[in-house]
Amino acid sequence: MSRLLIKHGRVVDPTQRLDEGLSVLIVDGKVARLAERIEDKDAQVIDATGLVVAPGFIDVHVHLREPGFEYKETIATGVAAAVAGGFTAVCCMPNTQPPNDSAAVTEFIRARAAEAGLARVYPVGAVSKGLEGEELAEVGEMVRAGAVAFSDDGRPVHNAYLMRRVLEYTQLFDVPVVDHCEDPTLVAKGVMHEGAVATRLGLRGIPAAAEEVMVARDVVLAELTGGRVHIAHLSTRGALDRVREGKARGAAVTCEVTPHHLALTDQAVADTSFDTDTKMNPPLRSPEHVEALIQGVLDGTVDCLATDHAPHHADEKALEYDLAPFGVVGLETAVPVTYDLLVRKHKLPLRLFVALWSSNPARLFKLPGGSLKVGSPADVTLLDLNARATVNPDRFRSLSRNTPFAGQRLKGWPGATVVGGKVVWRRERK
Amino acid sequence: MTVKAAPRLRGKDLVGIDPLSPGEIQLILDTAEQMRDIAQRPIKKVPALRGKTVVNLFMEASTRTRFSFEVAEKRLSADSLNFSASASSVSKGETLLDTALNLEAMQPDFIVLRHQYAGAPHQLARILKSSVINAGDGAHEHPTQALLDALTIRLKRQTLEGQVVAIVGDLQHSRVVRSNILLLSRMGAKVRVAGPPSLIPVGMDAMGCEVYRRMEEAIAGADVVMMLRIQLERQGRMNFPTVREYYDFYALTPERLKLAKKDCLVMHPGPMNRGVEIDSRVADGPQSVILEQVTNGVAVRMAVLYLLAGGNGEPAAD
Amino acid sequence: MHRVQVLDARGVARVLERMAAELVEQVGDEKLLYLVGVQTRGVPLARRLAKLVAAATGHEPPVGALDITLYRDDVGPWRAAHQQPLLRDTDLPVAVDEKVVCLVDDVLYTGRTVRAALDTLMDYGRPKAIRLAVLVDRGHRELPIAADFVGRVVPTSRTEDVQVRVKESDGEEGVWIAKEVAG
Repeated sequence: MSRLLIKHGRVVDPTQRLDEGLSVLIVDGKVARLAERIEDKDAQVIDATGLVVAPGFIDVHVHLREPGFEYKETIATGVAAAVAGGFTAVCCMPNTQPPNDSAAVTEFIRARAAEAGLARVYPVGAVSKGLEGEELAEVGEMVRAGAVAFSDDGRPVHNAYLMRRVLEYTQLFDVPVVDHCEDPTLVAKGVMHEGAVATRLGLRGIPAAAEEVMVARDVVLAELTGGRVHIAHLSTRGALDRVREGKARGAAVTCEVTPHHLALTDQAVADTSFDTDTKMNPPLRSPEHVEALIQGVLDGTVDCLATDHAPHHADEKALEYDLAPFGVVGLETAVPVTYDLLVRKHKLPLRLFVALWSSNPARLFKLPGGSLKVGSPADVTLLDLNARATVNPDRFRSLSRNTPFAGQRLKGWPGATVVGGKVVWRRERK
Repeated sequence: MTVKAAPRLRGKDLVGIDPLSPGEIQLILDTAEQMRDIAQRPIKKVPALRGKTVVNLFMEASTRTRFSFEVAEKRLSADSLNFSASASSVSKGETLLDTALNLEAMQPDFIVLRHQYAGAPHQLARILKSSVINAGDGAHEHPTQALLDALTIRLKRQTLEGQVVAIVGDLQHSRVVRSNILLLSRMGAKVRVAGPPSLIPVGMDAMGCEVYRRMEEAIAGADVVMMLRIQLERQGRMNFPTVREYYDFYALTPERLKLAKKDCLVMHPGPMNRGVEIDSRVADGPQSVILEQVTNGVAVRMAVLYLLAGGNGEPAAD
Repeated sequence: MHRVQVLDARGVARVLERMAAELVEQVGDEKLLYLVGVQTRGVPLARRLAKLVAAATGHEPPVGALDITLYRDDVGPWRAAHQQPLLRDTDLPVAVDEKVVCLVDDVLYTGRTVRAALDTLMDYGRPKAIRLAVLVDRGHRELPIAADFVGRVVPTSRTEDVQVRVKESDGEEGVWIAKEVAG
């Protein structure tokens, strides 16, 4: 019997409406007891004085790159980065090589994650075979192998007919379809947000409309089919409005927003003088979109946060802005960036912050966890909200270093990460 | 005779007009005026950059700009080396960064870079110790072109302040228009741009100009009209239909030129598409200063090289 | 800064008169004479000498201005990065070929300016001869250069500065020795 006692922390659990000083006893990987004072001679003790104790954070949108792109990241380094960022679980996207469009690849990913023994990994299976957008992939087989959602992420499900059918078919398994919303013909080789900054820099722009038209389409199809659609990395005001309208009409549409889309604008491309760590898709948007997104988080339209952690090798990012691949890593900066911005600056209540990272994603994707109720799996995220540190990519556990936050000094960092009752990561105390 | 500390350029590079202050722009233009005289001398050469090495790294084809830089380099007695993309390791897949680092290992003082992608000179300038001069980066900037355009106007009109300058053409893909809007507006000129609506980039007015869809409105009463080269091959025919239609609506014909001021200057960065964006009668007419632009281009490039040059010592006594 | 005047306006005028007389005597055929002032203060001095020669001979020699900045030996590797001196006008209204060019400058010190002036001039053509006239020779030559016509020899130390001021550009007129005073 393994026993872990987390003492004297501030337990914040939205599923139990808790925000008080409590100790948490974990036995055999499950939450056993919550009380003001617990003594247990046999338990390993973590002194959580001054720390927040929350249900384990879950990042529902990461790219682990294995199989096929192990030079950027492997499942082992990806889950190490996750726990160092305070995450007890991640959902990984299928644009690997081979793509995750079969039970075989889904099982491979789960096996690799189990070997690493750090964060839990819930694979997102492909909507279409080979991610080619033509034929439906073996959704049911992948669900049996452990897939929790379906997406062609990296790409949109461009074909509306296919999107309609997958929204219908997935209802058999009650899993959501996650769409990377963009109309590729409107994107037209753009590399940053279409606006005054792109014009001044002479870079081709990706109009906000490219995202909005696809989100509008997906809301209509969700209403038509009754299926569940989750909008990945939503980044524009118009798309947020479409989601709001859809929810008001009863459509099963949800959405996530990334930390970088909340914290940065397109001006970053100019300010860093074409640094490719500002290049991702969807791109950093102009201030009116960023303000709308923050509002959407504060008013509850945004269901959860997710990083779209997209590792790329330094050689690939050292190319000209037009040629560098899209994407930035996010696991190891997500918590401080969003805590600093949403809670400290915009006064988002702490329990809502915790919900955005834990109970909401768990609920949307029907994942175990997201709660510290007795009997829940003992996935716990401890936060040190007084810690101050500078983002240093050289100390990342991820294989890749492509972050737009390098050198930023932030307050509010993960303190320790517990998965299944085991302490898998702790912040070094100086 | 002791030398006072002269006004100078702040950085080691010229990556664009955007980072330059009006004082720095003025300094380059004043210096370029002096450099013009060298072309009039019996010996068109001064030893100012003797022993300096300049690499002309042209990753995008260009004969005239490269030629202009070469003449400028030789007139200052610098050694110039030409490196063009096709004839080189780049076609074997070597990255820009590796190409530049390899060149830098041979210690050039300057790298003059023309590249098809925006931001390439900025990325190099960050990494290399050599002075990087942008000879055109994608659709972003072409600073020496804007400087020579400004010099041409200033020589004719004594000042840029208050001049109404109309720039017409494919605004979306033009680095010349971007650099010109920044420079001219910074020096007090009034800039109007015009082009087919499907080729007008979002928010261009925020750079410091008025945007028109009809060229007649932009040209009315202008002091200077600058025509941009249209490249229909690049369009894919979804932005604009045909050459014929372009000529009908956006070419500078003698009739349209009459809408401008009587002595309006006619300019073009070259090379011209005669009969497409500009009628030959106008290009060769009395108001055209297109060839003077070329002469001034050498002077401006000499000025930029001269102002960015320098070593690490103390000035000697006289 | 502490300065001591060694020549006042009348002194400058007398010295220039004497130099003009020496010039006329040495040159022989005054129609070959071409006075070229080195920017900046050599130029007004050259103009004054031209007027004085005209008064003496009835023939005013042409006057030119020469900017030697691009020929300095401290432009380039020996100069602090990106601090190029400002360029000024070179104006030679008459060709230098076959003329007796007399370079005119305010102060002769190390001789490097004159060396640059010689090189600049040579790129404009082939003078019959080049002479050098300076208002002040302060010593401390670093190159084997000597003036043909000297207004006043003023011995100085290297820490001192010789200031020549002409009314055309400076408002005052005269020659001073200046020294930085500590404190």
